[in-house]
Amino acid sequence: MVNLSVNIGSLKLKNPVLTASGTFGYGEEFADLVDLESLGGIIVKGTTLEPREGNPYPRMHETPSGMLNAVGLQNKGVDYFIEKIYPRICGLDTEIIVNVSGAKVSDYVAVCEKLAPLEKIHAIEVNISCPNVKQGGMAFGTTCEGAAEVTRAVRDAFPRTLIVKLSPNVTSIADIAVAVESQGADSVSLINTLMGMAVDVERRRPYLSTVTGGLSGPAVRPVAVRMVWQVAKAVRIPVIGLGGISCGRDALEFIMAGATAVQIGTANFVDPSVSARTVAEIREYMERHGVADISELRGIV
Amino acid sequence: MKQLTDMVVSENIRLSQNYALLKLCVEGDGKQLPDLEPGQFVQVDVPDSKTTYLRRPISVCNVDDQGRLWLLVRDAGQGTHALVNLQPGRKLNVLLPLGHGFSTGFERGAKVLLAGGGVGVAPLLYLGKILAGKGVDVRFLLGARGKNDLLLIDEFKRIGQVYVSTDDGSEGTPGVVTLNPAIVSGEADFICCCGPMPMMKAVAALARKRGIPCEVSLENEMACGLGACLCCVEKTDKGHVCVCTEGPVFNIDRLLW
Repeated sequence: MVNLSVNIGSLKLKNPVLTASGTFGYGEEFADLVDLESLGGIIVKGTTLEPREGNPYPRMHETPSGMLNAVGLQNKGVDYFIEKIYPRICGLDTEIIVNVSGAKVSDYVAVCEKLAPLEKIHAIEVNISCPNVKQGGMAFGTTCEGAAEVTRAVRDAFPRTLIVKLSPNVTSIADIAVAVESQGADSVSLINTLMGMAVDVERRRPYLSTVTGGLSGPAVRPVAVRMVWQVAKAVRIPVIGLGGISCGRDALEFIMAGATAVQIGTANFVDPSVSARTVAEIREYMERHGVADISELRGIV
Repeated sequence: MKQLTDMVVSENIRLSQNYALLKLCVEGDGKQLPDLEPGQFVQVDVPDSKTTYLRRPISVCNVDDQGRLWLLVRDAGQGTHALVNLQPGRKLNVLLPLGHGFSTGFERGAKVLLAGGGVGVAPLLYLGKILAGKGVDVRFLLGARGKNDLLLIDEFKRIGQVYVSTDDGSEGTPGVVTLNPAIVSGEADFICCCGPMPMMKAVAALARKRGIPCEVSLENEMACGLGACLCCVEKTDKGHVCVCTEGPVFNIDRLLW
């Protein structure tokens, strides 16, 4: 028996594999294809105070070993989540983590206050790194002051585990992580998408309606691993790594670089069962290498 | 129930320079395809491609007597290029069935016009077969640039009356499909359409003008096919909805065209 369980603040995960926000819906969409209860947790779609229609189509474009997206936080709002979705998924034997976004600090706070009474939501992930919205989003995540301001405000509004999702579109992601830690975040997750752009040369225009979008998939993985390694050395709180993970081997790269847990994102679009397979592959690696506890691998490089 | 299915290329028939018809068998003795509705689609994992990452959404073209899944593939980029070049015996993973198909609950003898253009003719073959089996009066209106771009024409002729429009006039009525008498003045109780966006918009406009109910199948670019990524959205009477789960077939009354 190997031990895959990990703790993120007071949040206990049965294994270190989470699904990344915006890539796994509310879990239900994948229920035919994955045993949801085999996962450490599910991070649901970015949730805002008011419903959002998101950006105009086209919103995605495939790029070498990855994709650009510009969805723009389409969601039905926090009240819809609480009334309609939470009752359907809160009975699952896995952690449900809500990703929270906003245009203003007061929006983040209002969403967190509404989520705070939901007993089965043991953690939230605050998104200060969405590159696809005009207001808020990444604007907060690209300066230490902005990141600290949002963290301080939501820290008081949500009593359980607070994860802050960081943008890679900065000069020093470690400085942002330190700022967030200083304001009481229990964990940081990184990386959100890298800002990118692609041009349709036949039509002589950008592929995305918003011109720029967020790059994800295996193409970004080495950048993400490097940033996790830098951040893990700079902070004492647990780091959650994501960016292009498609299998157990990829997940272990992040763990060895210092991540306590990982998230699987874009790969869910290619293999809807990748999350459960990743758990199995990490377990198989540990057995093969005689590793009794996943913590033995954390930060060993 | 959606499933990930390992399949094997049974036949790969090159229809023209840019189009191939793949016939796929479910791998494993005694294993079968789940029931597929006409107009539904599948997501094919692309083997033999250096840089593509996502699956390719492809509509169900037919399920034949041997239980094989037919996919009509247009060579439109690196991913589909790899698919059209798959050799018999090659294995590939297919996610299916996805989305909602065309209406099929018509009375015997109802006159249903199936209008398609380019690779969009694909779902109309399976739809026509199912409808003809129910005693529906199926008529096909197929559009292409020229005679050599008409796909699977003999297969369509086996099912119902076929009307053809070509842009260059090399076969059938010259010009776009919405100039063809079959749709301009022909009797129809219902129209089902799949093709390039300008064609579908023109057919929808004509259907509205003639007061004929009409469904179209959209092919917005998508990533997951499961309603998770929210990339393939179409603006409808209910705001942005995912083409992959709410569609790909929509009644034109729901679209803001």
